[in-house]
Amino acid sequence: MSHASAHAAGHVEVHQEAHAHHHHTSLGIPNQKLGTWIFIASESMFFAALITTYMVYRYRSVVGPHPDEVVNIPLTTVSTFILLMSSLTMALGVSAAHRGEMRQVGKFLAITILGGLGFLVIQFYEWWHLAHDFGLTWRTNIFGSIFYILTGFHKAHVIAGMVWLAVIAISSFRGTLRKEHAVNVDVAGLYWHFVDVVWIVIFTLVFLLTEAGV
Amino acid sequence: MDTLEKAQQAAHPTTRDYLKVGVTLFVLTVAEVVAIYLGLPRALLAAVLVVLSAWKFLLVAQFFMHLKFDSRIYAGFFAVGIVLAVLITLAVTVIIL
Repeated sequence: MSHASAHAAGHVEVHQEAHAHHHHTSLGIPNQKLGTWIFIASESMFFAALITTYMVYRYRSVVGPHPDEVVNIPLTTVSTFILLMSSLTMALGVSAAHRGEMRQVGKFLAITILGGLGFLVIQFYEWWHLAHDFGLTWRTNIFGSIFYILTGFHKAHVIAGMVWLAVIAISSFRGTLRKEHAVNVDVAGLYWHFVDVVWIVIFTLVFLLTEAGV
Repeated sequence: MDTLEKAQQAAHPTTRDYLKVGVTLFVLTVAEVVAIYLGLPRALLAAVLVVLSAWKFLLVAQFFMHLKFDSRIYAGFFAVGIVLAVLITLAVTVIIL
């Protein structure tokens, strides 16, 4: 047996020992994580289709308002910052789970949920602002349609993530979350970070490039 | 604590590392916003914004999502998703334009 294959076999063996209580794929990695990554891969395609449709149709409206008339960079920047920092607290929560500090997990997840809530409050305010002050609804023009669909689907993902994190946080505060459940925190974290990276792309393509006139 | 857990904890980022990534993400976001008011040529500005955005994307994927430290199988699946996403982008663009 070569050194590389011996090393690989040893790695798989040790990995299996460490996660003996989890279901594993034949590759020696947890099913939950592999499944979550495959889900994330499919979600990448989903959002790529929405973002591309937005980019292609954004300036094809016959009637206004048009994107460059309505984007609010300061407000969106604040919400972006809040979402980015919620990813930081999520990462700290996952790290705490791997250390076995399960009470800390609940605290970090609670802060993450608050971050998600802050993001949503600002985003819904922006929707209200667009509808109330610019008369832009999803029926106004093609820009309104795809803008609300794109950002709406992202909001729905944030809400789903908050519910997921809340379930884990409650489990943590009740004392039923144990170190062997760390992989559950891990996959919830992966989902939350994915929602964050999608927003990183949306923030640049939908807001910053529009403000820059690109 | 078994061997793998020790190895994982050694390989995984520390709280300090996470905070550094958080600060970097903040700085890059500020840089993006500042860049749009610098009066750069449009093509250059678009390139700068895409690079800064990709940098943030990679930081989150590598450190917060642990792609830098976990099994490469995960990175492989994610890469497949991203490649297909790019193909979808090209396909939708070609179909609509």
